[in-house]
Amino acid sequence: MPDVSDFILKLQRRRIEGSHATARQTAELLRSVVSQTRMPYTNQAAALLDAVRAVGEQLIAANPVELAVGNIVRRVLHIIREEDLSSSAVSFEGLMISEKSDDEDDADHKGGPVLSAAAVAAAARSTLRPRSLQTLLEDGPLPAAPSKSSSAGDSEGKSKSDKSAVGKRLKHSVIEAINLLIEEIDDCYEDISEQAVEHIHQNEVILTLGRSKTVKEFLYAAKQKNRSFRVFVAEGAPRYQGHVLAKELIQKGLETTVITDSAIFAMISRVNMVIVGAHAIMANGGVIAPVGMNMLALAAQRHAVPFVVVAGSHKLCPLYPHNPEVLLNELKSPSDLIDFGEFSDCMDFGAHGGAPLMHVVNPTFDYVPPNLVSLFITDTGGHNAAHMYKLIADYYSADDLVIKRKSTSSN
Amino acid sequence: MDLRRPNRPVIGPKVRQVGFVTPDSAAATSSSSIPAVSAAAATSAGSPPSSLSPVMIPPPRHPSTEMSNPHFHPVGSYNPSEQILGSPPALSPSRSSRFDADGSDFGGDDDESVALSGVGGGMTPKSSLLMRQPVTKTAPLVSETHKRDSNVSKGKGDGPSAAPKEKLTKAERRATQEAQRAAKAAAKEAAAAGGAPSVSKQPKPATKPATQQKKDVPSGSGPLQPLAPSGSIEKKQGKKEVAAPHPRMQFDDMTKVGKLKKRAVVNQSEARNRVELFRHLPQYEHGTQLPDLELKFFQLDLIHPSVYQVGLQFLSDKISGGNARCIAMLLAFKEVIQDYTTPPEKTLTRDLGAKVGSCVSFLIECRPLSVSMGNAIRFLKNRISSLPHNLSDKEAKSRLQSDIDRFINEKIIIASKAIVEHGVSKIRDGDVLLTYGSPSVVESIFAYAHGIKKNFRVVVVDSRPKHEGQGLLRRLVERGIHCTYTHLNAVSYVMHEVTRVFLGASSVLSNGTVYSRVGTACVAMVAHAFRVPVLVCCEAYKFHERVQLDSICSNELGDPDAISKVSGRKNLNYLDGWAQNENIQLLNLKYDATPSDYVSVLVTEQGMLPPTSVPVIIREYGIERLWT
Repeated sequence: MPDVSDFILKLQRRRIEGSHATARQTAELLRSVVSQTRMPYTNQAAALLDAVRAVGEQLIAANPVELAVGNIVRRVLHIIREEDLSSSAVSFEGLMISEKSDDEDDADHKGGPVLSAAAVAAAARSTLRPRSLQTLLEDGPLPAAPSKSSSAGDSEGKSKSDKSAVGKRLKHSVIEAINLLIEEIDDCYEDISEQAVEHIHQNEVILTLGRSKTVKEFLYAAKQKNRSFRVFVAEGAPRYQGHVLAKELIQKGLETTVITDSAIFAMISRVNMVIVGAHAIMANGGVIAPVGMNMLALAAQRHAVPFVVVAGSHKLCPLYPHNPEVLLNELKSPSDLIDFGEFSDCMDFGAHGGAPLMHVVNPTFDYVPPNLVSLFITDTGGHNAAHMYKLIADYYSADDLVIKRKSTSSN
Repeated sequence: MDLRRPNRPVIGPKVRQVGFVTPDSAAATSSSSIPAVSAAAATSAGSPPSSLSPVMIPPPRHPSTEMSNPHFHPVGSYNPSEQILGSPPALSPSRSSRFDADGSDFGGDDDESVALSGVGGGMTPKSSLLMRQPVTKTAPLVSETHKRDSNVSKGKGDGPSAAPKEKLTKAERRATQEAQRAAKAAAKEAAAAGGAPSVSKQPKPATKPATQQKKDVPSGSGPLQPLAPSGSIEKKQGKKEVAAPHPRMQFDDMTKVGKLKKRAVVNQSEARNRVELFRHLPQYEHGTQLPDLELKFFQLDLIHPSVYQVGLQFLSDKISGGNARCIAMLLAFKEVIQDYTTPPEKTLTRDLGAKVGSCVSFLIECRPLSVSMGNAIRFLKNRISSLPHNLSDKEAKSRLQSDIDRFINEKIIIASKAIVEHGVSKIRDGDVLLTYGSPSVVESIFAYAHGIKKNFRVVVVDSRPKHEGQGLLRRLVERGIHCTYTHLNAVSYVMHEVTRVFLGASSVLSNGTVYSRVGTACVAMVAHAFRVPVLVCCEAYKFHERVQLDSICSNELGDPDAISKVSGRKNLNYLDGWAQNENIQLLNLKYDATPSDYVSVLVTEQGMLPPTSVPVIIREYGIERLWT
């Protein structure tokens, strides 16, 4: 598939920046993958899952640090499982809905059938989703029905009556659900910024680091509600995105002060709240964020300043981090920090037995442990760091976490 | 000591002047017969109890000659016991001028000093000798024995206080009463006459010039030089130890700023879009003063060219770093002294002090002084004012020059060598040492450790906008030390591998706060969070008795344009033309305050200390060593 290799190349070359753009494009790509998949007569969900998983593996391998890719792949897999379950439930009840068009394009699919499917899916979700002890116990004694992990087998067994119709329906509902996902990714800013007025009061002094679109929209929203507050922007070396953010903020009339990163500790004592964006939120509530964030979080903790992370749900990652400073980091070019012309002699690999005397470290991300984060604000509201695992569990199927990792490592 | 107390009421005013708080001064209030005196004693009693005990103030500068003829004690010398002796009007010529200066320092006290001298004149040589013995006292002892007078030899050093009291004879008591009466009478007389006989006339004319000078220097000396030295430090030594540091210039005080501007040599225009929190600090447009000053080069006859040169170098950041700036300044002052000739009808001590003061205020206009420079100036002024008056110009000058050389040598060069030796002992093979910015002492520690074949690696952390670490990196790499270079934000990434953090300091304040290049606090904080020991290397002459809790009350602001432009990244121009927008401010802080709990150890030439020991060093060593 040309799209896929194209996208992989972009990811490998780090042409796509920001988790929002990555998430959105991944979702779009997977949508086209789903729509291009040829549906067999039996075991359609499994076929879709395999197709998506195969592409997803490649995408994740292309940029393992960009966790949004993996998140979206898992979301899509989860969607397929859910749609499959709900459609089988629908077929079980005999609510067969004939489809008029089965073309691959999903754009003209709206209205009754899909929505009703979605409604049923929602109903099914409510029974399926919570993996609490109670549901586990209730699931146990069911005689023939295998657990949801073998949903493919489910569909095989239950949808024999009208395979082709169900298959088309499944694909369409999956595509529709992916569309909803894309919409959700796009709308996350609005959902988050709606909560701004609840958190920002008059005359507040807010500190942020670097540039995050979510933070920007959050502050804009508070400003639109006629809150007047002051923003300190740490510039966020070595990318200096803080300069961009400062420029955007003053255009909206926000009183902005740009400070160097080194002045964070000096200024934090005069700050009421730290609001930052994130690169990804891990399942333990830890945050992968632009470099420098750990320092800021420590300073905020020292002065008991609330450290608030705003992030869309596509940044919620179901994985638990292990040594994230190293394993989930990316080292960029030293040219951001020093002038090659000036220091070229120091980086001579020929001298000193093949190892240059000088190394330049330029990491991209920082890991902020969960105990430093006071609050997460996502599009579903505010959350405690300790609660994030539960929130994340809502979005992903437990099967995908492990299976994906295994297959990725074996490949 | 017993002898001292009965006389205490008489010398009350001088108690305030000296500023010692000894228990007996509190007790003196009760026995004081003059209302003014009691008030004075009360004020002194109200000052902090942390003051030095009398043990701490042996008269360092008064040789045994004074012992032999106590009548020639200068009234105004700083030692309280000497004041009691208040010499009669017949002062020796060499002392009289010091007396003048002293009287002027405490302008209004002239009258009392008359009364004092009248009484003190009646004292015996023997008693004077004894009174200067260092004595420790306790409050109850004082109150009980305050009537004892001439029972000197027995009372001194005697333990329990009750016994001596009983021994008081009628005659002794009468003597005390008479002495007090005489004091009262003298005080009345003085008060009535305004400026009574011979002695009081001497101080009065001297008052004006000296006070002027005194006012002059501190107000000009900017935010980082709170203890601006006046011409007569030496006599107030005791007071200095106790008194709070001089408040710094606050630049949001419009009247003061106006005054300062009138005097200023450097034409500075206020920067635009200033940060509200930092109104109290000076911030000027950068780049405007330099060409202007260069033009003035041949017009400024007041400022010595070498000082001028150093000032320009400060202004253009050619010289930076606490030690480098301090040495440059001292060398410039040395040249000033070299080219100095005392104008007719002036004394070298005072005129040179004033001249140095004007040079200092010029330097402050160029860039606020660092604490190290402030301390060095304090030292120099102290030396100037303590010059014997009978020295010829040439001798005085050479003495001052050698003093400056000694200061540079002892306090900076040898001190850093001592620090290097201490610091190296904390480097083990295989260590990964992190440093921030470009501290000169730390650099020499690394160089020395590398020289003695220690096997270690250095992480140089740097930050915008000055990128001082690059210079350090280059020098270390040229020495053949393995280096890793990174920026401040990545410090938590590199901190995992680091085993020691070596930091420099611009100053260490009395509450243990380390005042240093901005970002140092961040590094120390992250190191603390990662349980990595933080060693702050700092010469003891940078210690200061001031305290500070945050980095905002006292700081220095740099050029805001340095923030909008990123060196070497020409495509980063988002903030061009920022000054046009009212809403944006750029803040370029130069220093920050590292809380003492982030500092594991302070490496000074006095040894390795916990930051809590800073006040001890300041009290026990710092001041005495600086002043001598």
